[in-house]
Amino acid sequence: MTWPAGGTPRPTRRAVLDAAPEAAPAAAPLLRVEGLKMYFPIYKGVLRRRAGEIKAVDDVSFEVRAGETLGLVGESGCGKSTTGRAILRLYEPTAGAILLDGRDIAHLDGDALRSLRPKMQMIFQDPQASLNPRMTVGSIIAEPLDEHGRMPRAERRARVLELMDAVGLNRSFANRYPHEFSGGQRQRIGIARALALNPRFIVCDEPIAALDVSIQAQVVNLLEDLQERLGLTYLFISHDLSMVRHLSTRVAVMYLGRLVEVAPREALYDNPLHPYTQALISAVPSPDPEVEARRRRIILRGDVPSPANPPPGCAFSSRCPKVFDRCRVEVPPLRDLGEGRRAACHLVEDPRRAA
Amino acid sequence: MLDGPAPVLEVTGLQTVFQTRDGAVHAVNGVSFAIAPGELLGVVGESGSGKSVTMMSLMRLLPSPPAEITGGAILYQGRDVRTMSDRDLRELRGGEIGFVFQDPMTSLNPVFTVGYQLIEPLRAHLGLSKAAARARAAELLKLVGIPDAASRLDDYPHQFSGGMRQRVMIAMALSCDPKVLIADEPTTALDVTIQAQILELIRELRAKLGMGIIWITHDLGLVAGIADRVMVMYAGLVVEHGPVAELFANPLHPYTRALLGAVPSVTGPRARRLRTIEGQPPILTAAPEACPFAPRCAHVFNRCRVENPPRLPVRPGHDVACWWDAETDAPRRA
Repeated sequence: MTWPAGGTPRPTRRAVLDAAPEAAPAAAPLLRVEGLKMYFPIYKGVLRRRAGEIKAVDDVSFEVRAGETLGLVGESGCGKSTTGRAILRLYEPTAGAILLDGRDIAHLDGDALRSLRPKMQMIFQDPQASLNPRMTVGSIIAEPLDEHGRMPRAERRARVLELMDAVGLNRSFANRYPHEFSGGQRQRIGIARALALNPRFIVCDEPIAALDVSIQAQVVNLLEDLQERLGLTYLFISHDLSMVRHLSTRVAVMYLGRLVEVAPREALYDNPLHPYTQALISAVPSPDPEVEARRRRIILRGDVPSPANPPPGCAFSSRCPKVFDRCRVEVPPLRDLGEGRRAACHLVEDPRRAA
Repeated sequence: MLDGPAPVLEVTGLQTVFQTRDGAVHAVNGVSFAIAPGELLGVVGESGSGKSVTMMSLMRLLPSPPAEITGGAILYQGRDVRTMSDRDLRELRGGEIGFVFQDPMTSLNPVFTVGYQLIEPLRAHLGLSKAAARARAAELLKLVGIPDAASRLDDYPHQFSGGMRQRVMIAMALSCDPKVLIADEPTTALDVTIQAQILELIRELRAKLGMGIIWITHDLGLVAGIADRVMVMYAGLVVEHGPVAELFANPLHPYTRALLGAVPSVTGPRARRLRTIEGQPPILTAAPEACPFAPRCAHVFNRCRVENPPRLPVRPGHDVACWWDAETDAPRRA
């Protein structure tokens, strides 16, 4: 598969307004999220009056560098999937900026947004639900090609087969339907579809959560191969901390709509700074009875609070084993700690300020 | 098979077949194991390996038709479960063997309070009075770590979080002091920090109550930290079985080895690439005559394709169903 130079989007009415350099300098991030907020209203009563809001994503800022995999981890309801969907503009963000190649896409709409779609794609968790059961595999993979351009039949067919090769699907299956495939193969179909338009950035939303262990490894290896070959950039959303460790360059940890820690992979797993990250990593069972026997487990008390009614101060204060008075009143900012690390905890002070 | 106390539950050569419109599915093809009081047996396998069907079969919970137990013996404290009357079976299911399922939301009835659902079996099985049953129910909720237990009896399942619901399910399974607790992927639907809470609870309860526990999971890491013995299943067969430390230190079956290579860890060195098991598990339209793992196996040779290996005792307490000898990297002589 070859990488088409530029991948110029169709000219649009708003193209002049949005004129931005196509290729960002190498050091700049491919994606930068600044103060992203995604609130969902809660309606109550007979008149469906607005009674409040769920702050699914609250003031989240991070960047994803070209060619890397940023792992986004957290438990169910922490806002990690909402973040991924908001970045792809499947939602209209409440506030904040989403800069793709330096151009803010947070509030684009219509044709301008549509012209961006080929650049950023998504791989979904449930390959069963995200593939149309009435379409053949070939037409599922070709759909983005039809939506975003015109291609002669022969060329389109060749592209579909090329994509099927790339994800390890047998070419002769192009006329079969999704139900004829196993879970792992269905996920390959979803990946082929995501790759059809030569995206640069792919949000992988729990792509292996529904698969068996031996099949997970096949899909993960495929994602890694494709990244290397096509220079893809991934936002890998997962609750599986061990798989995130395997795949990611850097890792961001979310709790109740906020980022609590961002760090390079090794630093995060070897020396987690936020008490939530520490508890999360300590809760993952290791497939080694000796490690398990020696392990100091941090068992968190209680459940994740409702995002409709988060505790005041630090959102983690209601479960934190190291909580003290200040945590219950003041939200800790996500401090930059140098060496690419950031953490939002009153116990973690800025080393540069201390010096 | 066990050197410790006499087993409370013993299964030998269990076979279960489903008769479907598209033909027979041989889900369990000769499974044998035993469980002693106070012991935790981890059962590991991927979807379709027959681990859940084995457990459902041994309590005769599968509807017949389509399911049919076609062979083997199930002995609970020396009594044959296969020939038990419905009345005895009811005693067994509610009282003697507790069952915890994967999804607590679908196994709790949403229209009854948690208290009602806990109290009913206590009255039916133990013949307790209403007041005594209610007191016992509150005690059970407290035992599984539900704060403010007595007042929560009047809450409905939807008023509990996922982790709390699973605690309620465990309380129900424990209500009549079972000798065996079967937990079928009880933490799969839960977040890791909540899973850690439930695992801690099970460790405590096991020490306190001394029942035998069968823990079904697809997560090898999970059994490493909680099980005494591990049984690995594939295609309705036990392919490897042994004490937990021994099995993880010396995995003998190519499938177990491949599974261990396929899961990354949060600790220790990081593999550059995950090992994969190519291909798919077999579709069991017939009981396997050759080794069912042969088409995916890295060490396959001729014998594997014609003869299904029996479980061969190889090391102390450790047996494996494989013609290839992992220790010499050569076909087994036997």
